[in-house]
Amino acid sequence: MDAIVAHQNNVNGHWGGAGNAPKIVARAVNVYYGEKQALKNVNVEIPNRGVMAFIGPSGCGKSTFLRCINRMNDTIASCRMTGLVTIDGQDVYDSALDVVQLRARVGMVFQKANPFPKSIYDNVAYGPRIHGLATTKEDLDEIVSKSLERAGLWSEVKDRLSESGTGLSGGQQQRLCIARAIAVGPEVILMDEPCSALDPIATARVEELIDELKSNYCIVIVTHSMQQAARVSQRTAFFHLGSLVEEGETQTIFMKPKDQRTQDYITGRFG
Amino acid sequence: MTDISMPATGTFVQRQLDVTSQAAAARVKRRYRAEKRFRFYGLAAVLFAALCLVILLSDILNKAWPAFTQSRLTVDVPVTAEAVDVNNAGAGDYDGAVRDGLRAVFPAVTSRADKKALNAVLSSGASDALRRQVMANPALIGQTVKISATLSSDADLYLKGSATRAHEQPAAFAAKVSGTTGSITVDGGAGAFAGELAALKRITSARAESMRREATRLATTAQSISADLKASETRLASATAAGEKEVAATYDALVKRHTENKATLEAQTSAMRDSAEALRNRASDIKGSENLDTAMPSLLILIKGGVVKATSVSVDGVKGDVIVPLASDTAAQPGAWKMLVVESPEDSRKIQDRQIAFLETLKQKGAVQSVFNWPFFVSGDSREPELAGILGALVGSAYTMLVTLLLCLPLGVGAAIYLEEFAPKNRLTNLIEVNINNLAAVPSIVFGLLGLAMFLNFFGMPRSSPLVGGLVLALLVLPTIIIASRAALKSVPPSIREAALGVGASKQQAVFHHVLPLAVPGIMTGTIIGMAHALGETAPLLMIGMIAFIVDVPARLTDAATVLPVQIFLWSDLPELGFQAKTAAAIVVLLLFLFVMNGLAIVLRKRFEIRW
Repeated sequence: MDAIVAHQNNVNGHWGGAGNAPKIVARAVNVYYGEKQALKNVNVEIPNRGVMAFIGPSGCGKSTFLRCINRMNDTIASCRMTGLVTIDGQDVYDSALDVVQLRARVGMVFQKANPFPKSIYDNVAYGPRIHGLATTKEDLDEIVSKSLERAGLWSEVKDRLSESGTGLSGGQQQRLCIARAIAVGPEVILMDEPCSALDPIATARVEELIDELKSNYCIVIVTHSMQQAARVSQRTAFFHLGSLVEEGETQTIFMKPKDQRTQDYITGRFG
Repeated sequence: MTDISMPATGTFVQRQLDVTSQAAAARVKRRYRAEKRFRFYGLAAVLFAALCLVILLSDILNKAWPAFTQSRLTVDVPVTAEAVDVNNAGAGDYDGAVRDGLRAVFPAVTSRADKKALNAVLSSGASDALRRQVMANPALIGQTVKISATLSSDADLYLKGSATRAHEQPAAFAAKVSGTTGSITVDGGAGAFAGELAALKRITSARAESMRREATRLATTAQSISADLKASETRLASATAAGEKEVAATYDALVKRHTENKATLEAQTSAMRDSAEALRNRASDIKGSENLDTAMPSLLILIKGGVVKATSVSVDGVKGDVIVPLASDTAAQPGAWKMLVVESPEDSRKIQDRQIAFLETLKQKGAVQSVFNWPFFVSGDSREPELAGILGALVGSAYTMLVTLLLCLPLGVGAAIYLEEFAPKNRLTNLIEVNINNLAAVPSIVFGLLGLAMFLNFFGMPRSSPLVGGLVLALLVLPTIIIASRAALKSVPPSIREAALGVGASKQQAVFHHVLPLAVPGIMTGTIIGMAHALGETAPLLMIGMIAFIVDVPARLTDAATVLPVQIFLWSDLPELGFQAKTAAAIVVLLLFLFVMNGLAIVLRKRFEIRW
């Protein structure tokens, strides 16, 4: 049971940073793909709990910024980054920081549901296994069932855990990916357009899930749908041509945007 | 804006899509026709390929078929204490014992030539089984043992009917014989042998014709020589007249030589003309009897348990020499005897008439059986076709493939994983990649030379061994496996890598837990192709000495061995007729080996395949 307790602690954030201090802070972030500059001097603070949405037209750099937070951009050879990104005050790009541990703390859900071609159980259990979160089979079973429950998938798959994860429907697959991400007990969950390939019902299901998760996790979501941003997020940041144009309370951004470009985008004049 | 410049004059008018006009209907028809035509081409190509494959396989199987059976002779062999010493059973004269056993069946065989002919029916390995049997059980010494002896390749081929064309003719009339041994006559009554005689006359006539043509050819040559002679004589005369002594001497010698040659040729021509004339006269004398010499087909008469070899055929009867004595000299009823016509003349075949007579007698006694050629699969190579087996090459191939696979798979897949997943993309890795691709196209003999220089000369590894063969083939196959494995790894969608990295797997964990399992089918396919390639490879193995004639089945990786394709190459080169079928049979074994290997790999691939 120790593993479970540790797991729970992990979920509740043992990394300090309680209260209202921002979880993630980005200062003067510039990202280049080869010669092309994808992000220009981005400064943003992401709160400890709740959902922050990144909106903006295609190619504005919001996904690039998201991938800076868990250093997924490292896998792209031509990608270069300057500036500072911290989580709980710790520099993400510090050479002393292990990128694998960082990614265990910062889970990610991708645009296209990408479950492993393994059983549903193994999909969820993979992360806890490689990070040694469970010492016994029972612990692992509990982590898997808890994670699936949190992802709202338990009732649908509890009888077929040994079936392939790729055999689920699109929405179920995406929720399986969310379960896989939270099974490791991250503090931050990054979601890169998680609903872009889903139908409205599955989208609603995932949005409900995000709503339930927001009290325990710091969630950053990139979305093309402004309605979705309005529905699920507390704070919204608008990106345009690699720059962060405006950031603030979701209601403020949608009701009284300060910048003309934000105004134009949310009223559908471009994008 | 856009790169397409607008027309200078007038405005662009979008044309209406036309679906009702005749032109549109014609366009649709043309499209359908084109598709139909393409389908037809495809189907025709597939059918043609299938037909070629069927023809190829059926031809090979047809040629190989005789090699899968073997003629054996059941014979009672007296294992006497004189022939075999109880204390040294291995060194006994088993060959002699088997020969004695066979000679007991033919008591009339007494002359040296007959004995030699009879012995030659047996294989030189006929007594091997008996030797093993007696060594295992010395109590057999002093007893008569019934054994199944291997027949010689010539006898075997005759019994299979694949080397000598012969046909039996049941006799429709009664035959009287004048005796049971020596020179006798077989009398069939008026006109009984007219058919045989007519056939023989036709052959004589054909021989006369070909001889006449040869004589004409010789005459033409003689004419050209006489022309040369005349020219030389003229030169000689002019040189003599001019007083050029040396030149004259040269031409004098030339004239002498031409004269000699001309005389010889003319003598030959006239002799040939004469014999052609004689043959033609013989052929045109329908009623006259025909002598059978060694250039003519043989006629054997199987009658009363004996065999008569015809020396002369007339309309009514046959004169001949008895090879196997007859049981009695009473008349034989129609159907109770038969004639055997061996179409190829005795001169142009390896098996003698006497041996055919012996074999036919043994066949009538029921002592000859055709059995499955099991020894072919359990023995090594031999100079005697009837003793040669495939096991040595099969084991050699298996060992070689084992070495190749054990080296290639880990090295190739490891290299592919490193290059594809971990190596930085820079000029060095680019160079390596280009070189690997080039290596896949290097002629295999070059790898053989490399193996010769490296493994044999530098490292001093044993020559002709499966170990070195496997190493050389591994060099050959490595590029194929690396390229196929890299392609398989590349085809795994990046989303799987991202998913693994996203939950905090390290690069290595992502590759080994997720990417590699998905790439296994592709890697296996590449490996199968590579190994099949290696299995059929001959040239590089010649360079490292795997072409040697090796009788023993290899027991270790360092023993001298040969492999299946090299064995096929070796056998196909041998002049003995018996090896022709062996060659085809070895090809069948090679193909089966390939099928088994590939089948196994496909089963393994299916088991490890991850379904999406």
